Amino acid sequence: MTDLLDVKDLWVRFPTRTGVFDAVRGVSFRLGRERLGIVGESGSGKSMTGRAILRLIRPPGQVEAAHIRLDGENLLDKTEAQMRKIRGERISMVMQDPKFSLNPVMTVGEQLIEAYRLHARGGKAQARVKALEMLEAVSIRDPERVMRAYPHEMSGGMGQRIMIAMMLLPDPDLLIADEPTSALDVSVQGQVLQILDRLVQDRGMGLVFISHDLNLVAQFCDRVLIMYAGRVVETCEAARLHEASHPYTRGLLNSLPRFDAPQGRLEVLRRDPAWAETPSVGPDP
Amino acid sequence: MSALSFQNLDVWFGDGHDRVDAVRNASFEVAPGESFGLVGESGSGKSTILRALTGLAPHWSGEMRVEGRALGHRRDRAFYKKVQMVFQDPYASLHPRQSVDQVLSESLHLHGFRDIEPRIERLLDDVGLGPAFRFRFPHQLSGGQRQRVAIARALAPEPSILLLDEPTSALDVSVQAEILNLLTDLRTEHRLTFLMVSHDLAVVAHMCERIAVMQAGEIVEVMGVDEMRAMRPSHPYTRTLLEASLGYRRKPSPAGPG
Repeated sequence: MTDLLDVKDLWVRFPTRTGVFDAVRGVSFRLGRERLGIVGESGSGKSMTGRAILRLIRPPGQVEAAHIRLDGENLLDKTEAQMRKIRGERISMVMQDPKFSLNPVMTVGEQLIEAYRLHARGGKAQARVKALEMLEAVSIRDPERVMRAYPHEMSGGMGQRIMIAMMLLPDPDLLIADEPTSALDVSVQGQVLQILDRLVQDRGMGLVFISHDLNLVAQFCDRVLIMYAGRVVETCEAARLHEASHPYTRGLLNSLPRFDAPQGRLEVLRRDPAWAETPSVGPDP
Repeated sequence: MSALSFQNLDVWFGDGHDRVDAVRNASFEVAPGESFGLVGESGSGKSTILRALTGLAPHWSGEMRVEGRALGHRRDRAFYKKVQMVFQDPYASLHPRQSVDQVLSESLHLHGFRDIEPRIERLLDDVGLGPAFRFRFPHQLSGGQRQRVAIARALAPEPSILLLDEPTSALDVSVQAEILNLLTDLRTEHRLTFLMVSHDLAVVAHMCERIAVMQAGEIVEVMGVDEMRAMRPSHPYTRTLLEASLGYRRKPSPAGPG
């Protein structure tokens, strides 16, 4: 079986006044119909990796890779028009903050219907039915009312669920979720994760889950890539993240305050310049 | 005598139809030298209590006392010398066109200190920044360094009470560890009282001895940190919050494992 997504030797570069900055440096990974977590601190290149897959890096930024294959087709060979069809239809992306990704002057319903009709043939009435179904699927209680509402009338959790509904309307094969729950309260976070989980299990969707929250990724994902300075320093089974061996991963885990037991002082991460120099690991054989 | 005392505090915004009761009938005491945590979901009113105390939320009733003195509707300089605040977002709380030196010397000047030079040096030293950072601007600092400057500014008037509004939620976990360690050290060195707001229960458990749980503007429970760690809440909402914070648990899919 071919992998859903196969990324090989991905580089993202930004020219700056002081020379070229490599935001992502030689990242390779494969993804099946599973939940892959990408964790790392700010600036580690995890969001850039997600955007590069969708070819959303704008010039002067440059994306280079041996290949980025979706179901065997190299996305780097596609024209911009073909890419536009792939975005949304095959691969969708949910960003961190619903406040910035929903259109403030269109009702939620109009936006959902537009998202559906851009990718699927079908009348407005059918799009409306689909939109309502999808809002119900993301556990929105009163979808008729939400359809008529504007984004500012929605809470953060509702907004994020609407975003997810919109991204899932065209029934994508792969969802890239960039910190989808970081702006949400814990109780709402649980609901959103529940929805994503169901989609992976029931529809066989692939999920790339970008997050800075190690505990969350360990509990939610199947496999994890740990990124540091644009490289993948370690990859492991999510359930075994707490047994990770790389000193950076260990350092991150140890710097977290623990809920179950008191500690005198928190361990502070000591960075080793060698971490940034060793080549990326992966993909798993 | 308590360092901070709140009795039947109500805080609201707007009036008439638009009135929102952000805090309702909140009462609690913080002992001198204690570290007290406020937790709850967004909109539960935890930050509003800090804002009411510092005079940033003008509409309130009830009683607030600082070291025994009741607060009126205006805050005097003596109040700000005693109580200082560190905000959530170090990217927003520092003036982009003021150097670290300007930020600190303005605060020192306002509080009537004469020996500004040596004090700036000591403040920078206190927060682990060293003299090299003195003439930098915020954009030349990382998030953690900015939060250190914000803490130095709060320490400038030599306060006895520090209000911490999500001081590390904008920072990476490794930087969070550094800042939490710094706050712990400063509390011991300067015998500070902390009132800390956070949505991260592990952070609050690490920093605080007692914790008030808020829901929809009301304090539903005040518990000791040991009770919290042992998961012995007395209010059902606290249980829900504790369980949700412990992380994600997969519910079995009706369609079976995929």
